[in-house]
Amino acid sequence: MDLDFSVIPANSELLVEGMKMTFLLTALAIVGGMILGTFLALLRIAKVPVLAQIAAAYVNFFRSLPLILVIFWLFFLVPLIMGRPVGAFSSVLVAFILFEAAYYSEIIRAGINSVSTGQLAAARAIGMTYWQSMTNVVLPQAFRAMTPILLTQAIILFQDTSLVYVVGLRDFLVSAEIVANRDQRLVEMFLFVAVVYFVLCFTASLGVKQLQRKFAND
Amino acid sequence: MIEMMAVNKWYGKDFQVLKDCSLKVAKGEVIVVCGPSGSGKSTLIKTVNGLEPINSGDIVVDGVSITAKSTNLDKMRSRIGMVFQNFELFPHMNVTDNIEIGQIKVLGRSDEEASEKAAALLKRVDLSEHALKFPSQLSGGQQQRVAIARGLAMEPMAMLFDEPTSALDPEMINEVLDVMVSLAGEGMTMMVVTHEMGFARKVADRVVFMDYGEIVEDAKSDDFFGSPRSARAQDFLSKILNH
Ligand SMILES: Nc1ncnc2c1ncn2[C@@H]1O[C@H](COP(=O)(O)OP(=O)(O)OP(=O)(O)O)[C@@H](O)[C@H]1O
Ligand SMILES: [Mg+2]
Repeated sequence: MDLDFSVIPANSELLVEGMKMTFLLTALAIVGGMILGTFLALLRIAKVPVLAQIAAAYVNFFRSLPLILVIFWLFFLVPLIMGRPVGAFSSVLVAFILFEAAYYSEIIRAGINSVSTGQLAAARAIGMTYWQSMTNVVLPQAFRAMTPILLTQAIILFQDTSLVYVVGLRDFLVSAEIVANRDQRLVEMFLFVAVVYFVLCFTASLGVKQLQRKFAND
Repeated sequence: MIEMMAVNKWYGKDFQVLKDCSLKVAKGEVIVVCGPSGSGKSTLIKTVNGLEPINSGDIVVDGVSITAKSTNLDKMRSRIGMVFQNFELFPHMNVTDNIEIGQIKVLGRSDEEASEKAAALLKRVDLSEHALKFPSQLSGGQQQRVAIARGLAMEPMAMLFDEPTSALDPEMINEVLDVMVSLAGEGMTMMVVTHEMGFARKVADRVVFMDYGEIVEDAKSDDFFGSPRSARAQDFLSKILNH
């Protein structure tokens, strides 16, 4: 078999565009998922009546569904709810945020619970309100404790964004596939995609390990 | 200044942790609360600033009832300092930020005012050279002095101490007690849960002895150490003084 990797630089523009889409989706889903996830976690920790139960049901619901199903649903649902067509990107982003928030919320909840109750008491004792105590004292410590797990979840999310091929979005994997089919270079392109995903995720997880070691020593 | 009236508190349905506790602390008075482990001392002191809610009775601090619906508990807490057994400094902030945060977030002081106050208080507890360190870089005694400074930064009308020295190595106890003695000397109203009987003898106006959630004895400190009335207090004293 003769392999010709020159197909990669020849199509670099398309591939870079795809990678941009993958990164953008990952980044926006992380930010949105964290915000919504923190909010859900706080509702449950503060035992806000009714809303805490709704948050719990939400988390259990989304954690029981395969991601690909959520992506499909939202692809059809979001335009229906909005009453107008929205781009595939928007509906997929909403799907990722809703889905990731369920996982982030559980991670963040564990993080908050890992901060000693004495810290909340000390913050309240100097007159801070519940929310001031949470945002200034408890959450910063919770996020620090949870950083490695949150990052690991982000790496999984980065890989999961490749599922967007089902709704025809051109992420990195889809771009590579287009090139592969058009130029009949399937082996080269899929090798290349595998190497890129591996190198990025492996490097990131090494970084997480380093961070964990650093935190353990503090 | 602080008045507790027939305070009752339950944990769950079956366990009554405070039984009909009544107590008065006048302005400038120093009260030491002691008693066996589990007798309810920490719970009692935490009810004073509403950190632990009560089931019946009332607590009035500087004329304001903590059970009244109209009372702003956050505001009230900002006027009562509290020092914990385990210091509870905020580990993600340096010493100065620990002392400034309440001033800025709660009292609305400017950064300059807050940092001036923090510097003055650090000088007072003899920790000026540690201003930019993090709590984990300090000894227990130093951390507890920062915690006292954090409380004082709010210019409280009273200070509550829950076993401030019992997590400390013996050689660090005095540096914390010295700060407390000088505070008492300046006329600070103080409620102190402690087993440091030397401190109690020296600065306490009254000693309150608790057992099984009850205030068994509330006596002038000389009387308490001279001739405790209840058998339980006698027993407790002989154990703690002879160990
Ligand atoms: N949140 C809680 N829920 C249920 N029981 C509690 C709670 N906090 C404390 N208790 C119980 O209430 C009793 C009194 O506790 P408290 O901490 O007030 O005692 P203490 O006199 O301060 O004891 P120590 O000297 O050990 O600090 C103990 O039996 C304790 O187990
Ligand atoms: Mg206690």
